[in-house]
Amino acid sequence: MDINATILGQVVAFAIFVWFCMKFVWPPLIKAMHERQEKIAHGLQAADQAGKDLDLAKEKAAETLREAKHQAAALIEQANKRANQLVEEAKEQARVEGERLKHSAQTEIEREVNRAKDMLRAQVAALSIAGAEKILAASVDQAAHGKMLEQLAAEL
Amino acid sequence: MAAGSSSDYIKHHLTNLVFGQKADGTWGLAHDAAEAAQMGFWKFHVDSLGWSFGLGILFLFLFSRAAKRATTGVPTGFQNFVEIMVDFVSNQVKENFHGRNPLIAPLALTIFCWVFLMNLMDLIPVDWIPSLFALFGVHYMKVVPSTDPNITLGMSFTVFAMIIYYSIKVKGISGFAGELTLHPFSNDNIAVKILLIPINLFLETINLIAKPISLGLRLFGNMYAGEMIFILIALLPWFLQWTLSVPWAIFHILVITLQAFLFMVLTIVYLSTAHEDH
Repeated sequence: MDINATILGQVVAFAIFVWFCMKFVWPPLIKAMHERQEKIAHGLQAADQAGKDLDLAKEKAAETLREAKHQAAALIEQANKRANQLVEEAKEQARVEGERLKHSAQTEIEREVNRAKDMLRAQVAALSIAGAEKILAASVDQAAHGKMLEQLAAEL
Repeated sequence: MAAGSSSDYIKHHLTNLVFGQKADGTWGLAHDAAEAAQMGFWKFHVDSLGWSFGLGILFLFLFSRAAKRATTGVPTGFQNFVEIMVDFVSNQVKENFHGRNPLIAPLALTIFCWVFLMNLMDLIPVDWIPSLFALFGVHYMKVVPSTDPNITLGMSFTVFAMIIYYSIKVKGISGFAGELTLHPFSNDNIAVKILLIPINLFLETINLIAKPISLGLRLFGNMYAGEMIFILIALLPWFLQWTLSVPWAIFHILVITLQAFLFMVLTIVYLSTAHEDH
């Protein structure tokens, strides 16, 4: 074994190499690896969060759907009610209108009847007058008068 | 093959390319082992240091390029590999180091990758690179830096210096001294306690010194033995070499990874103990 100054050379080289490694090799590598670790951890966390968010969104969607169905059912019910109401109202109106029409028709009829009566009365009067004229014009003939009067009465 | 040439071959493969001050006062490469031995302490194993630096720079180049391009998106190709390594080292540090120090993880990564690359040179057939360099007139070339105790001990003593530094920084000088002198034997009687100090100091010092030496020598021993076996296998006739070199190389893949891993984990554990305040 020959120990000589070679050992000093090796010591110096060793010190320089370790210093270089500590300065320029180790920190960037370890940093990159740590950053990647963090990135992966964040990614996993984000995936987890996204899964949770998805569940939440699904739940919310189901909730909204359920609510919408409820509302739709309520609307339909309300519409039905309203339709029934409308039908009832229409019926009522029709009835009232019918009543009114009937009433007016009755008054009209009454009026017509009255008018006819009036006209009849007038004609009777005229006829009576005409009959009286004829009776007065012709001599009094019991038989003829009686016959005429009978005719007059038949004309009424 | 004659016995002499075999031993020459082995010796040749185990001789470093040495740069230092020659007998005549000039600096240069040693021509043989004898000349290298004359140079004393102030000489350098050019091959070990060259491969060691080159592999360290290769590691840092590849990893810093990946670090520069690192994105938080899906990693591809080499970035993927780098991140697996970083993750692996980071987990080891988290399991074994119970303190807070931004130096430990990069240190562990550097040790693991660098030692692994140095060990990996062992799997290149032993004659390829030395033969290539011989073409250019370089006659000694040891390509596996971790078979050089200077390299492994250089690293382990750096770790040792860090152990001492952090022990004193975290526990204070008195705390560190207390750790060295008041354990493992302790007594409620103050006189006995003082009496036990030298014994404790002796044991704890051995314990402390054994850490870097065992750390460096374990790696060196494993790699040196592995390299030696490859060299011995290379002495066989060329058509028989694969019968041994292939199984040994496959087994060695395990050894080089394991040794790099051990060096890293033990460094982490030693520094963790240095940070623990009792």
